[in-house]
Formats: sequence, structure tokens, C-alpha cells
Amino acid sequence: MAETTTTTTSQPLKPKPKKRKSRLTLKQSKYLFVYSCLLLPLIFYITIRFYPTLYTFNIGFREWNILSPEKPFVGMENYVALAQDPVFRKSLWNTLIFIVFGVSGQVVIGLAIALLLQRINKFVGVFRVIYFIPYVTSIVAVSWVFRWLFMNNGIINEFLVNIGIPPQLFLNSPDQAIYIIIGTMVWQALGFQMVIFLAGLENIPKMFYEAAEVDGANSWHKFKSVTLPLLNPTIVFSVVIGSINFIQVSFTQVVNMSVNAAGGPLHSTITIVVYIYQLAFRQYSMGLASAATVILFLIVLAITIFQMKVLSRKFDY
Amino acid sequence: MSKQMKSTIAYTLLILGSVIMIFPFVWMVSTSLKTALDVYTLSIFPENPTFGNYLRIFQDTLFGKWFINSIIIAVVTTLSVAFFDTLVGYIIAKFKFIGKTIIFIAILSTLMVPTEMLIIPWYLMSSQFGWVDNYWGLLFPGLMTGFGVFLMKQFMEGIPDDLLDAARVDGLGEFKIFWKIAIPQVWPAISALCIFTFLSNWNAFLWPLIVLESAEIFTLPVGLSFFASGEFESQWELIMAGATITALPLILVFFLLQRHIIKGITLTGLK
Repeated sequence: MAETTTTTTSQPLKPKPKKRKSRLTLKQSKYLFVYSCLLLPLIFYITIRFYPTLYTFNIGFREWNILSPEKPFVGMENYVALAQDPVFRKSLWNTLIFIVFGVSGQVVIGLAIALLLQRINKFVGVFRVIYFIPYVTSIVAVSWVFRWLFMNNGIINEFLVNIGIPPQLFLNSPDQAIYIIIGTMVWQALGFQMVIFLAGLENIPKMFYEAAEVDGANSWHKFKSVTLPLLNPTIVFSVVIGSINFIQVSFTQVVNMSVNAAGGPLHSTITIVVYIYQLAFRQYSMGLASAATVILFLIVLAITIFQMKVLSRKFDY
Repeated sequence: MSKQMKSTIAYTLLILGSVIMIFPFVWMVSTSLKTALDVYTLSIFPENPTFGNYLRIFQDTLFGKWFINSIIIAVVTTLSVAFFDTLVGYIIAKFKFIGKTIIFIAILSTLMVPTEMLIIPWYLMSSQFGWVDNYWGLLFPGLMTGFGVFLMKQFMEGIPDDLLDAARVDGLGEFKIFWKIAIPQVWPAISALCIFTFLSNWNAFLWPLIVLESAEIFTLPVGLSFFASGEFESQWELIMAGATITALPLILVFFLLQRHIIKGITLTGLK
């Protein structure tokens, strides 16, 4: 109201805003709204998402050290070089270990916690909070706390010695380090898995269990023939989320927990993302690094397609 | 097996698990209160408890600054994501216009591109435009997300068209309809989106590590990592004090909002 009065007094000849508005039809004003709201997001997606994606594909076919002005086209050479690079192959293998052990560990334990919580009546809320806390804790802080727990002269070795087991090398051992890092990640992700599974379990209608009981099924049978099949979409969801998490977030854990901050000892914990970081920002081989990210993209794409295929499949109960 | 016994076993297992979940936190806080001399004594209760490590961290390092940087980055990113993703999700769910399908598919397709694939061009852009080592460089990649657009579109579709048309008949402008009518309907989804965005920005490590150079502008994760592997290497009482400062604020927020947070995760997980 106040605005209308000021405009009319200062510029009496200008049409009132209300009149101007009525000149646009409803349809036109909708279009105006839609495209003006999409303007900034479109600029963002084109410049910050699409252009960089295409740029990386392009650099993957070129030899380029960040300092050199020229970027000669080399075809598949970067990909061939990566295929022959033992460190890159090791990083792919380690990424696979991260996914296989990490995801199966967190799905099995997360489901077990959810099932146990279903069996009890009291303190369900308290347990849920306790198991969830690590998920909302800073990843870097958790990495250093576990590094301290698993120190050579740390509390866990002290405990092992007390029960008669010789002290272990843990993060200093090329055989154990990767599993300590996976264990830390599983520990931190359990709460998330638990919440997802609790929701999935609550969605299973009680009558299926009752029907199974009438048929004389014991707990194990009920779990196998009712819970597991009906929970399948939830399990697929958490496997996919977990896999992508283990591929990407593992960077933070590996950099902070490995003894040389670069996937050591002896490259035993290096993952593909850590190697990409080293290629690009330590060795400045942008061509090689870009080619490696394209391979990472293909892995993530394969996992996503797997998810869509499995989730769109119809389930018969 | 009797029902009584089954629940006793369940309680026992859950309590054992709880010890494993909580012990690292107890050990972190306990170590942070020890003196440098006592740090290897490995007792849970410090013999000579002290806050000296915390004092030293705030005096000798830029932890306070890093803390503020982290808050600024996480809050600004979360607000931007909440606003733009909700707006774009609303437009795609509730309007017919030329190019709609292409725009939606294009935004969805960005979900399949891992961030790691974009960091090299982002870095080159940043160094070309002078965004290295400042807030804008830290912020710009996360201002909008495909995940949020998808999530908000799913929820906006549930709003009845009649409700929006009624508001149009009443003469409300399009933006007001979005702000006053649509947003209150999807508030739980927006708060879930905010929680996820805040958490992932609070934890962001790879991009800040690349784009930041000087210590004044570090975020907490980069600062803690830098200080634990550098100046204070192997001084575990100081590192654990730093870890406590980094971890505690989010745990406190979680205790305040735990119902919302758990509900939000359930909500987005099942959509």
C-alpha cells in the first residue's frame, strides 16, 4: 500500500502497479515466474556441473601437466597408462575391498541392531540415540580418535596384552590397516543403517508374521520367509547408498588414518579417490587424474544402473 | 527359549554394542583432560585432570577461527540449497512449460557424476577467477544439489493443485504462493534436506583441502587434520582436545533435535 502511494505521488503519469499486473494473463505470469526462477539454477548447473563434466572427459584424452600451456591429444594413452600402473590397480582393488567388506558389514550389523531393538520394549529410544551418535560426529575427529585407540602403545593393544594376545601393528601393518579403516567407517555408519532398517521393518504388515505363526514357523523361518523378502527394497537402498559412501567418503578416513596420509603403509589402504587426489594435486598430472575420474564415474554409473534395475523389479509376496 | 530369555539376550547384546559405540568418545574426552605426562597411563579417569589442552589450542592455533569458518560455510550452503532446491523442485512438480522434461533429466543426471570428477575443472576455474583461498571458492560448488531437487519434487507433487489455484483466484502472486502456501506443506522434507546438507558440509574435506591455502580460512576438518599431522604430531592430549571441539557441537545439536533428525532420515530414505 505504502509503495503504491509513493509511486503515484512522485510519478503521477506512471500506471499503477495493479493495472500493469492485470495486463499479463495468468498464463503469462506463470511463464514469467517459471523462467525467472530457473535462470540462476540453469546458469549454475551449466557452468558448475555440465561444463566441468565435459571438460574432464576431454582432459582424460590429453596429456597435460598443469604448468604446460599445451594439452596435446593422446587418445587412450592415459587409460593404457593407468591400466599398467600397479598403484592404480591396487587402488581399484582396495576400493573393491572397501565396498565388499564395508557394505556387507554395515548392512548385516545395522539390520541385526534393528531386529534386536524390535525385540525389546524399554529403552528403545535410548539405544537408538546411542547407536546414532557416531553418524553425526565429525569424520576427521573420529579418524583421529580411532588412530589414537589403535596406536602401537594405545589402549586396544594394552587390552589385548592383558588378555594374553600379543600387541598388533594395526594401522602400521599392510595387512591390517585397511580393515581398521573399514571398521571405523562401519562403526560410524551403523546408526544410519539402523534407522533405515527400523523404518523398513515397521512397514512390514503384522499379519504376515501372524500368518507365519499359524503355519507353525519359528523365528528363523519368519526371518527368512517374511522379513528378508519384504525388506529387500530397503536392503538394496542401503547397499547402494553404502557403496557410494565407501567409494567417496573413504578419502577423508584414508588421508587421516593411513600412516603417511597417502594410503600407506605400502599403498595398502590407497583408494581410487586418494590416488586421483595425488595424481592431480601432488603430481599435477591432470590428464591421468581426469582419466581416473572417468573410470570412477563408470563405476558409480554401474552401481546406479544396478540399483534402478533391482528396485524397479516387481516383488511378489 | 522363553520370551523372557530372548529379551534378556537382546538387552545384553545391545548393551555390549552400546559400550563399543560410546567408548571412543569417553576415551577422546578422557585423553583431552590429561597432562602430557599422563597421556600414556591409559586410565579412563585422568589423575590430574586439566583444561590446559583446550586453553593451549585456543591460544596457539586458529581453532576458534576455523570453527567460525565452518559454521559460516555450512549455514550459507544449507540456506542456499534449501531455497533453490525447494524452488526448482516446486516448479518442476507444479508447472507445465517448454523444456521441463529436459531440465529435470539434466538435473537428475548430475546425481550420477561423482564430485571427484569435477574437482579438477573447479580448481582451474577457481585459480583463473581468483577464488582460491576464499569463502566463495569454498562455497560455490555446493550451492545447489540434484538430490535436493529430486527430493523436493517428490514432496511437492503431493500438494493438491486446487490449493494453489485457489490462492491464484485470491490474487496472490506466484512467488507468494510458493512461499506462503507450498513451503508450509513440505516443511518436514525441507528440514530433512537441511540436516543432510549441513552434515555433509560440516564434514566436507576433499574440496576444502584443495581450494584452501592459508590457515586463517581453514574449516574445522582441514584445520584439525593439518594440526594433528603437523605441529602437534603425536601430542595426543592436544589432538583429542581438538577432536572434542570438532565433534561436540554437532552431538549437542543432535541431542536437541534428535526426533526431527531420525524422522527426517526415515522420510528421505523411504521416498
